[in-house]
Amino acid sequence: MLTDKDRIFTNLYGQGDWGLEGARRRGSWNGTKELLDQGREWLTNEVKASGLRGRGGAGFSTGLKWSFMPKVNDGRPHYLVVNADESEPGTCKDREILRHDPHHLIEGCLIAGRAMDAHVAYIYVRGEFMRERHRLEAAVQQAYDARLIGKNNIHGWDFDIVVHHGAGAYICGEETALLESLEGKKGQPRLKPPFPAGMGLYGCPTTVNNVESIAVVPEILRRGASWFAGLGRENNTGTKLFCVSGHVNNPATFEEEMGTPFDVLIEKHCGGIRGGWDNLLAVIPGGSSVPCVTGQNIKSAHMDFDGLREVGSSLGTAAVIVMDKSTDIIRAIWRLSAFYKHESCGQCTPCREGTGWMMRVMERMVRGEAQKREIDMLFAVTKQVEGHTICALGDAAAWPIQGLIKNFRHVIEERIDAYTYKSTSDGAVPSVAAE
Amino acid sequence: MAQIKVDGELIEVPDHFTLMQAAEAAGAEIPRFCYHERLSVAGNCRMCLVEVKGGPPKPQASCAMSVRDLRPGPNGEPPEMFTNTPMVKKAREGVMEFLLINHPLDCPICDQGGECDLQDQAMAYGVDSSRFHENKRAVEDKYIGPLVKTIMTRCILCTRCVRFTTEVAGVSEMGLLGRGEDAEITSYLERALTSELQGNVIDLCPVGALTSKPYAFQARPWELNKTQSIDVMDAVGSNIRVDSRGKEVLRILPRLHEEVNEEWISDKTRFVWDGLRTQRLDRPYVRKGKKLQAASWNEAFAAVADAVKKADGKRIGAIAGGLAGVEEMYALKLLLASLGSPNIDARPAGSALDPKAGRASYIFNPTIAGIEQADAILLIGTNPRREAAVLNARIRKAWRNGDVQIGVVGEAVDLTYDYAHLGTGIDSLVDLAAGKGNFAKVLKKAARPIVIVGEGALTGASGKDVLALGSAVAKANGALNADWNGFAVLHNAASRVGALDIGFVPGRGGLDTAGMIKAAGAGKLDVLFLLGADEIDMSALGDTTVIYIGTHGDAGAHRADIILPAAAYTEKSATYVNTEGRVQMANRAIFAPGEAREDWAILRALSGVLGHTLPFDSLQSLRAKLYADHPHMAHIDGIAAGKAADVAALAGTAAPQKTYTLVSPVSDFYLTNPIARASAVMAECSQLMAGLKQAAE
Repeated sequence: MLTDKDRIFTNLYGQGDWGLEGARRRGSWNGTKELLDQGREWLTNEVKASGLRGRGGAGFSTGLKWSFMPKVNDGRPHYLVVNADESEPGTCKDREILRHDPHHLIEGCLIAGRAMDAHVAYIYVRGEFMRERHRLEAAVQQAYDARLIGKNNIHGWDFDIVVHHGAGAYICGEETALLESLEGKKGQPRLKPPFPAGMGLYGCPTTVNNVESIAVVPEILRRGASWFAGLGRENNTGTKLFCVSGHVNNPATFEEEMGTPFDVLIEKHCGGIRGGWDNLLAVIPGGSSVPCVTGQNIKSAHMDFDGLREVGSSLGTAAVIVMDKSTDIIRAIWRLSAFYKHESCGQCTPCREGTGWMMRVMERMVRGEAQKREIDMLFAVTKQVEGHTICALGDAAAWPIQGLIKNFRHVIEERIDAYTYKSTSDGAVPSVAAE
Repeated sequence: MAQIKVDGELIEVPDHFTLMQAAEAAGAEIPRFCYHERLSVAGNCRMCLVEVKGGPPKPQASCAMSVRDLRPGPNGEPPEMFTNTPMVKKAREGVMEFLLINHPLDCPICDQGGECDLQDQAMAYGVDSSRFHENKRAVEDKYIGPLVKTIMTRCILCTRCVRFTTEVAGVSEMGLLGRGEDAEITSYLERALTSELQGNVIDLCPVGALTSKPYAFQARPWELNKTQSIDVMDAVGSNIRVDSRGKEVLRILPRLHEEVNEEWISDKTRFVWDGLRTQRLDRPYVRKGKKLQAASWNEAFAAVADAVKKADGKRIGAIAGGLAGVEEMYALKLLLASLGSPNIDARPAGSALDPKAGRASYIFNPTIAGIEQADAILLIGTNPRREAAVLNARIRKAWRNGDVQIGVVGEAVDLTYDYAHLGTGIDSLVDLAAGKGNFAKVLKKAARPIVIVGEGALTGASGKDVLALGSAVAKANGALNADWNGFAVLHNAASRVGALDIGFVPGRGGLDTAGMIKAAGAGKLDVLFLLGADEIDMSALGDTTVIYIGTHGDAGAHRADIILPAAAYTEKSATYVNTEGRVQMANRAIFAPGEAREDWAILRALSGVLGHTLPFDSLQSLRAKLYADHPHMAHIDGIAAGKAADVAALAGTAAPQKTYTLVSPVSDFYLTNPIARASAVMAECSQLMAGLKQAAE
């Protein structure tokens, strides 16, 4: 359980002033110069020691990622790119940071920039985030005006921040597609290798980080890596913004310690499950792209990277989607399939062709208009997509369906039975046909 | 060198190799659709997935991952890749299934059938049945011009065509619109592509989405006789394969030749074949009164003999056209010599090129492949995009690789690459030769400069000056070293270098092309042989008896008094020397129509009638004599290098009296020779290019 003194985002709900004044009162920009003066090595090692894992979904160690940037500058500029293209269905954490605590992010950019020898940061804001972008731009301007960033700033590390507005494609949240989009091209993921740390934006060494990963860095450094590492469980340290949506009494975004059990999380922050715990059907614990988990399995699960892996899912962006027994789970997953079909960039074959196929089969399964053997076929198709694509969108499209089939196969079969039962001897289903 | 194990076999490959190249080096076959060695790597078809050890634990696209990207094992064992494991087999089957679910099953009516990558690979790597029970996607067909037919439902979105048009052809007119399932390849505005190389997308397309419009529904590939030959539409000498059935050429495809055309050919080369069927001269004609009347060979020969015997040798002339092979020009030269005439020429009127100045003075010395080594290129009075589209692609390739700066003296047109325009007139060349201007500095600094002089600039009143100035620029900038001869003449016609090689130019006291035309107009020339020469001013020939030996009813035939029907380049075995001086041999794919005969045979038969029987009875004996006189002709695909000193000797200054503008003589890419002018497809392209016809279907 997180105590108030350990909170990083103390203005998450916008009760205080979002601007520079308020941020300063809450501790931002305090002693930043001393932190920067510690130098590149120290900053990277400190973040490594804190155990901070990327908050964008994959959970890769942030400090380790920074250390991949070339140690010796070969003449090319280094770039920090902040991924604020928060488009994963269910996820609404970065927008709160952009709205109410933008200076956490700006200060984090400066520090991260120092840690990777970058003098420019690009913040790629999701197309639909209009107000958030305005707020962020205003905050960046405040920082420029106060000479916190910019050329010859008071911190002694020249640093520019460019806020870039996306055009609303989900795929541009994938780091290399984001770079393509930032360069003015069509947002299609690049082949890796080469990885961005070697050849990223405009062919220069680049690190792409999630908003939250960057925004927590100043507080970690101010309070010390051991403080952050002391929270949560081993290998899953620190605090995390959770966004709980769906069938809970009070859906909310809140900061909580990593590894908090699911039931504690829900009882404490969301007022419990709608209709009580017996009414819980399934939970998607990490944003739309992770497999769903049944109610029984998730109840006592630790909400962190390793804890959720044990129940066959993943923390992802910690966007918890709760579904009670009123949910048509097949239809819910079909909706996600439709989303991925719509957002597939069309570059590589398995995703382009597979997402549409999976969605159409799901569409029939929603009605029960399918054969039971098609469940296995569908599962095989998801396996054929997963891991065969250029980027992870193929995986993201496959996992929800795999979760559905693993956990709710009986629901699909019952639906098929019900549909078949209604059919006449020649196979037609009068009620459906009339629809 | 890096070590890698491919399917357990340890091999050593260069560091920069991709896994696909390494697998090929080890003899393992990897299927692919989007990968093409001359285009950038897209990695989007996912057909080339392989399993790797020492890399990520999922199948990897072997076209995009390099051997260097794999890490050695814990004890330093070389990384491993597998092309035959269950994981790879499953990945291929999966991708194949995905490609086929939305691909129509219209192979029976698809022109790609029989030479379709998708068909072949589905047989080799696919499964035998489909699990897809939804509706297939349909895509609207696009109009992209009169040459390429689109059936976009078949498209598998490999983007080879997009990459080719943007990278090689240099026109950004194709792209992928939309995303996901709804992605489509399109030319955006339903307009014809403006590239002279667009036909190559037909070969590149791995499925039947882009096929040849003129060839549509004509034949199946297995019905065709395939003849390896040489193209004569320009002086590049692209290597081609002529596909024929019965007595018709049905299509022309490129053949790989790294030094000449790589694997591209221009649209004129590819689509000219319908011109081989129309306007053909298929029997001899003799003019009686005002009209040409069909005649037998004997009558035609008798008419020729009549005219020739009346004439004094000095009052007989011969001009060879742009499509003539070396053999027939050689035969014609011998015939004219035996008639006592020194009046022969194969150059356009007023050309400054002279074989006496040495071979280096009229060939493309640095060679076409050598363009890629150049660090500065100067184009003088030439539009290579129109005169030699494939060679222009090579310049673009060099430009894309970086490090080459290009300057142009001549028209400022879109050449598909950036260049410094130095002026249109000869005065800019004078300045350059004097070392004035920025580009002079670029040339000075260059280690391997190339000076490309267009044949057009060497013709006419300023031709000699341009030759002198061009050589001077080359000489002054280190283009004429022992190891680098950067002086390059870009010819416009396939016959030209061969003609200069065998000395098909005026003998002592003989008349050149301009002289012959003038003499004919003044009544001082009695008989004029035209060996496929249609590009001269026919109205200026006066009352001269014109004997036209050629293939098409073009300008020459209209003026002619006697027509002797000959064989086109697909109908005879003939030697052609390209602009580099490369000797190549075209082969006979079909027989000439009607009573038309091969040119050398006509001349041999005629020589008998004229009483000056030529000393050979077969093509072999003709060639034996030709090779004895000109040994380098025997080295097929060889280039007899010229001496740089010959070019240096031409260098001079010039102070032209007038400001001549240096324009390319090729104003219409599609209509440069009699065959192209007889082609309906070329006519349509020409009209489109001229904007006379709305590009809509």
